[in-house]
Amino acid sequence: MTKKSREPLIHITKRKEMSWQGAWAIRLICIAAALMVCAVITTAATGLAPASVFGGVLNGAFGSPRKIWVLGKESAVLLCIAVAMAPSFRMRFWNLGGEGQVIIGTLITSALMIYLGDKIPNAVLIAMCLVGSVAAGAVWAGVPAFFKARWNTNETLFTLMMNYVAIQLVAYFIIIWESPRGSGKVGIINQSTSAGWLPSIGPFKYLLNILVVLLVTVLMYIYLQYSKQGYEIAVVGESQSTARYVGIKVDRVIIRTLLISGGVCGLCGFLMVAGTDHTITTTLAGGRGFLGVLVAWLAQFNPLAMVLVSLLLCVLSRGAGEISTSFGLNQSFCDILTGVILFFIIASEFFIHYQLHFRKGEKKEASHV
Amino acid sequence: MFDLVAFIPRAVVQAIPLLYGCTGETLSEKAGVLNLGIPGVMYVGGICGVIGSFLYEQSTGGDVNAFLVVAIPLLSCLLGSLLMGLLFSVLTITLRANQNVVGLAMTTFGVGVGNFFGGSLIKLTGSAVPSIALSTTSGYFSRTLPFAKSAGVFGKLFLSYGFLAYLAILLAVAAGYLLKHTRIGLHLRAVGENPATADAAGIDITRYKYLSTCIGCMIAGLGGLYYVMDYASGVWSNDAFGDRGWLAIALVIFTLWRPHVAIFASFLFAGLYILYLFIPTGTNLAVKELYKMLPYVVTIIVLIITGMRNKRENQPPAGLGLPYFREDR
Repeated sequence: MTKKSREPLIHITKRKEMSWQGAWAIRLICIAAALMVCAVITTAATGLAPASVFGGVLNGAFGSPRKIWVLGKESAVLLCIAVAMAPSFRMRFWNLGGEGQVIIGTLITSALMIYLGDKIPNAVLIAMCLVGSVAAGAVWAGVPAFFKARWNTNETLFTLMMNYVAIQLVAYFIIIWESPRGSGKVGIINQSTSAGWLPSIGPFKYLLNILVVLLVTVLMYIYLQYSKQGYEIAVVGESQSTARYVGIKVDRVIIRTLLISGGVCGLCGFLMVAGTDHTITTTLAGGRGFLGVLVAWLAQFNPLAMVLVSLLLCVLSRGAGEISTSFGLNQSFCDILTGVILFFIIASEFFIHYQLHFRKGEKKEASHV
Repeated sequence: MFDLVAFIPRAVVQAIPLLYGCTGETLSEKAGVLNLGIPGVMYVGGICGVIGSFLYEQSTGGDVNAFLVVAIPLLSCLLGSLLMGLLFSVLTITLRANQNVVGLAMTTFGVGVGNFFGGSLIKLTGSAVPSIALSTTSGYFSRTLPFAKSAGVFGKLFLSYGFLAYLAILLAVAAGYLLKHTRIGLHLRAVGENPATADAAGIDITRYKYLSTCIGCMIAGLGGLYYVMDYASGVWSNDAFGDRGWLAIALVIFTLWRPHVAIFASFLFAGLYILYLFIPTGTNLAVKELYKMLPYVVTIIVLIITGMRNKRENQPPAGLGLPYFREDR
């Protein structure tokens, strides 16, 4: 008798279009909620009062001029990778190879710096590093793109495997280049001559990197938003058949877009080695190839939002790093907090696109029957 | 030169975590859920087992009950992986978030959880031991079948593994049977291929997706537990599990979504993974790093070949990675 299907408690419908103020209000509420959860977790792990957790995070991120510069440098790297990922993901090409594309860029830059260090003029060397690493990154992304366009191979896995190929190549060369012998790492490259190092603007070591990345961000915004090619990317992403129907050469767009994507990743690798770190390790990208994907996605491919998201994540990880160091906890603490924040931001998208209707007034209706 | 009798058991113990991950991921992918969080889930599975067993060993002071010492890590591992599975399911199935994005976030989160507790467990519990070495528990987990020592080469090749290794093979066979020969499997595949049609046929999409994802995560989590308790002899070291989770996902495509094929494929992968240890390279350490590239290069080649042959039955589930919303049209 009671088998009659009841109206479900919650009914979900799609929203039409939400005003951007509303969307941002929801996002901010979700981020605030995420921060609360992070504070609770931190309190549970360290026994700090929640208020001093935030104090500690802010101190870790902005505590001194040096910390602010490091924050800027880290955010610039993350932003650069996110910007690089934006075109391929806008095209719905699941490029998980950001890590490898950055690493191969660092490899080429280091190789040129080591082998041509004091043999050619510095400006020529830097130009060669730049061109070489951009080309290497482009190739690293272009190969999976070619096979995707030609034979529709699975790009998620292909790009993922390219990461490991790149990492092993770097591991191979690290052993060849290691200095001092037996240390298992490549020390600072060209420490005495500074050959191939990017010049620093005044006393600010990291400023050039930050400015270059911001420039790339703006250019990418213009490219995606206002150029014909950017429009083609969006169409291919929405529907490949539509794109074909209107005469877009889909395979060419896929390859071209991935060359750009990989090129920017290669540039990021170049900036890291020539600009700031002056050394190479297999973990120089350190998972940011994946994090960059998340940043690009969460920012909905809007470069301005990408700046904010990558800043937020870097502030959090720097701050959490500071807290975990002072409490003798593991550095991975910040990965947990990053994860929590990401889950909340991801969940917020649901409330922007869908609307909940609760079952209501059932008692009243029941009394009528 | 090449010592096959030494090579095979080492390849098998490498293969088992991959096989768990691959079986779990296949189950959820067949229901149309692309769970890229598997690497994180395996970390969480491993560390939850470690936490459970650590607390138990600490509380008893070495005098352990044979049943509890296995059951507690096993259950805490399953519980931890289940929670991760639920998290993924709520976000992707109920809240319809993008599966790739949630998966990547889960991997960041899960690896963070694993390394955090691995590095801070002693500090957090305030105990006096210098490192996490669960040799008592590990002794129970890596207990071999009887006759392993006395049966010579046969014993070494087939009987010398802990019970979780045999469970992995059983689960893979069972999953293959479930998907291919049962009504539940048929429904599951229907959900993965075309959820709208399955929905119209009266199949509860949400329930199938939830169950397959959560069970898939629990199976994958066991891979992490096997790794730390059996392979690593109960010693947790951060990042030691490495990229095996990603390799497991690669295996799913490599095996074309067939768990029973995964038994052999994971063995092959594991063999390639450790081949560098068995190839004599003399003093040239650098070349070893190039040999480590093998499993990845082979995956790429297989990927290209399957892509070129492009047969209908080799395709991924048609609804893979897409969220389902009934009112969408």
